Amino acid sequence: MIKRKIEEIVFKILMYSAFITVLISFFIILFTILIKGIPSLNLKMITQTPKGGYYLGKEGGILNAITGSLILACSSTFLSMMISFPIAVFLNVYNKKKSRYVQVIRFSFDVLTGVPSIVYGALGLIVMYFFNLRASLLGGTIAVTLLILPLMCRGIDEVLQMTPKSLLESSYALGSTSLETSFKILLRQCYPGIITTILISFGRGIGDAASVLFTAGFSDNMPGNFLRPAATLPLAIFFQLTSPIKEVQSRAYAAAIILTMIILFISIMSRVISLRFEKYKIK
Amino acid sequence: MKNTRNLKDIIFKNLIKLLTNISILVLIGIFLSLIIKSAPILKEKSIIEILFSTKWQPFKKEFGLWTFIISTFYVTIFSLIISVPLCILSSVYLSEYCNKRIKIFFLSIIDILAGIPSVIYGIWGVIIIVPLIKNQIAPFFNASSNGYSLLAGAIVLSVMIFPIIIQITVQVMENVPRELREASIAIGATKWETIKFVVLKKAQPGIIASIIIATSRALGETIAVLMVVGNVIKIPKSVFDPAYPLPALIANNYGEMMSIPLYESAIMLSALILLIIVLAFNVLARIILIRIERKS
Amino acid sequence: MEQKSHIEAKKLNVYYGNNHVLKNINLQIPDKKITAIIGPSGCGKTTLLKSFNRMIDIFDEVKVTGEVLFDNENIYKKNIELTHVRKKMGLLLQRPFPLPMSIFDNVAYGPKIHGLKSKKKIRELVEFYLKETSLWNEVKDKLQAPATSLSIGQQQRLCLARGLAVEPEVILGDEPTSALDPIATRKIEEKFHQLKKDYTIVIVTHILRQAKRLADYVIFMYLGELIEAGPADKIFNEPEKELTKEYIKGLIS
Ligand SMILES: Nc1ncnc2c1ncn2[C@@H]1O[C@H](COP(=O)(O)OP(=O)(O)OP(=O)(O)O)[C@@H](O)[C@H]1O
Ligand SMILES: [Mg+2]
Repeated sequence: MIKRKIEEIVFKILMYSAFITVLISFFIILFTILIKGIPSLNLKMITQTPKGGYYLGKEGGILNAITGSLILACSSTFLSMMISFPIAVFLNVYNKKKSRYVQVIRFSFDVLTGVPSIVYGALGLIVMYFFNLRASLLGGTIAVTLLILPLMCRGIDEVLQMTPKSLLESSYALGSTSLETSFKILLRQCYPGIITTILISFGRGIGDAASVLFTAGFSDNMPGNFLRPAATLPLAIFFQLTSPIKEVQSRAYAAAIILTMIILFISIMSRVISLRFEKYKIK
Repeated sequence: MKNTRNLKDIIFKNLIKLLTNISILVLIGIFLSLIIKSAPILKEKSIIEILFSTKWQPFKKEFGLWTFIISTFYVTIFSLIISVPLCILSSVYLSEYCNKRIKIFFLSIIDILAGIPSVIYGIWGVIIIVPLIKNQIAPFFNASSNGYSLLAGAIVLSVMIFPIIIQITVQVMENVPRELREASIAIGATKWETIKFVVLKKAQPGIIASIIIATSRALGETIAVLMVVGNVIKIPKSVFDPAYPLPALIANNYGEMMSIPLYESAIMLSALILLIIVLAFNVLARIILIRIERKS
Repeated sequence: MEQKSHIEAKKLNVYYGNNHVLKNINLQIPDKKITAIIGPSGCGKTTLLKSFNRMIDIFDEVKVTGEVLFDNENIYKKNIELTHVRKKMGLLLQRPFPLPMSIFDNVAYGPKIHGLKSKKKIRELVEFYLKETSLWNEVKDKLQAPATSLSIGQQQRLCLARGLAVEPEVILGDEPTSALDPIATRKIEEKFHQLKKDYTIVIVTHILRQAKRLADYVIFMYLGELIEAGPADKIFNEPEKELTKEYIKGLIS
């Protein structure tokens, strides 16, 4: 009996310390970025593009990288949304759950979500060679789309799978076709989940550096043309950090705050939106 | 009216069927082209030689990848050693012992951290972990290190995979039916015994799944690791030595590789190898998982 | 059984994988009557009901042989207009499943997809069917509220209104009152009584007393087989088969 008690106490202590360690490491991350970054955070960063000698510590900002990242993430999220929603509908509405075909496709996408983003960068590069593209906003979009497509397919698929079968039955019983059921019932029922998936993918897309490293290039100008190189936030952070000049380094920290803010904003948005739409949802 | 509705349905069905198949084919096609891209170097040298040689001198046409492959495994394994026990213990604490408020608070922090980009983790590593290893940890073990080391990479990685493991594990443990716990407690088991023999057992497939997902993330993580791991082409002898994993190799060499034809092929081959490692690992792990699920 | 009948099953067999769930069912459902399908749990009542409008199609690994005739047309033959067949049969599930939209749109959904465009007509229809199911007075001030804000009993009546709004000829109910309290149950039962003037009604029920209260015609199933079918009086008072007798007495459940 005593042995049992002691074992429980020992494990409780272990659990507690593990929990505290994890918690503390998170706070350290947040505080490090904040403390290092806040001093060099200013309005110029988000309103100006780099002026001459910016990377030597002179005037300017990183508006180009912020815009570049937003455009890149938006367009690739949109692209992969257009592909993945129909795929998820096809799997869930037009096929039986246990059919071989569905299982194979699901398995493939599962495996594809595990593929590292640097590999997607290389794959994007290959697609670019194929179309004779140079490093450009379009190239980056292709790589990021490849990166988030499996994620989104499986995400939306997962959401659609959660819909109660009886809901589909109710709709069919009224004489709806599968198409009507997909767009008028399923889409409505799954709104919150789908939006959350989209936002998560967006966050993944905007924050990923490895996939755009070769494909999007870098530029000090505002992005305007999809065929030209464009700066992205993660790379701007990365390049500034590797600079030997202290000033520039601390700008990297400030840029990191901006990126973190964008991510935070997205994750709060996704919560608010999913709460909003929750009311029509059938439990 | 009826007919046009059904027609639309059929057209849509065939369209999305086409789309699904094309997407899968295109993805497979791209992967195949990765093989084609890495063919030139395989014509010149045997795959065994490339895999197991430690000589990397692109300008002398030496493209041995062993150092990088080993580094990749080291960094991943050490990060798992750090994070798996921590995560499982914290998950048990979160789902079984701690009060609801703390849990919700903690899980929302985890949610946020799961979304934070790797560059940010990299920065944190450079600011905190690297100096810590240089000034505190390495001297404590009587080693000398400039901080940019295998250990730094492993620590940063382990923190990056905390959210993945914890999120899934907590969710899986919560899904263990209450009746099961009650049955065990009714027999006279203590809470800890119930967790050990019933809850963890039932949650095992899910926990393994979370570790798999975390591992494949760790194997391929590029930027954060690249920033702290030192990138010296030499097989690390201790955790305080620098390492040079595959993803870092790919990322660092992109600029130069254009000039030498075989160089590019070598980099593509590294991407292919990384891909194969991750895929093999994934497929294997998922098969194991399906086995476990069938048994229970 | 002189009347010509809307629904008729001939040598109907249903399999879920290797599980033979309905075994050689032959039956006719009388028109403009309430038919109750009774039998112990798992005997295939739901499956039988859902085979009438091919709802079982959406389950995994289903195989169907034999015929179900609806207006003398086999609905399992190829090239059938499934949406059309389903439109003619309203389905009421065990638990109410309102569609994820407002109360108004729930009722309007069916007529809209079947091509009704006029806003005014739709509004009239919605009001008509909500009155038909005695829901109008309870919801007329919150037609735009989500359907989930209603009570379970109200939701079930909403589902009934939704089903009626596509002007079916048959109403299929799978234990439509099992999630409801006694009062809500009574309301639904009363509705069925009124509706049988215009509709053919088939319900599955677990509750013998409900079958006695409602049914004109009873089908007794056991382990996937149709044991006995006939007018309610006869089944309840002088059943032919031993199994039926025991079930009525409450010996098997
Ligand atoms: N989707 C399905 N897949 C496989 N088997 C099923 C499925 N639905 C039902 N079954 C099986 O078919 C048999 C008949 O099921 P059915 O639901 O028709 O019974 P029931 O009479 O309605 O039972 P209850 O009174 O409990 O609702 C059962 O043995 C059940 O296990
Ligand atoms: Mg049933």
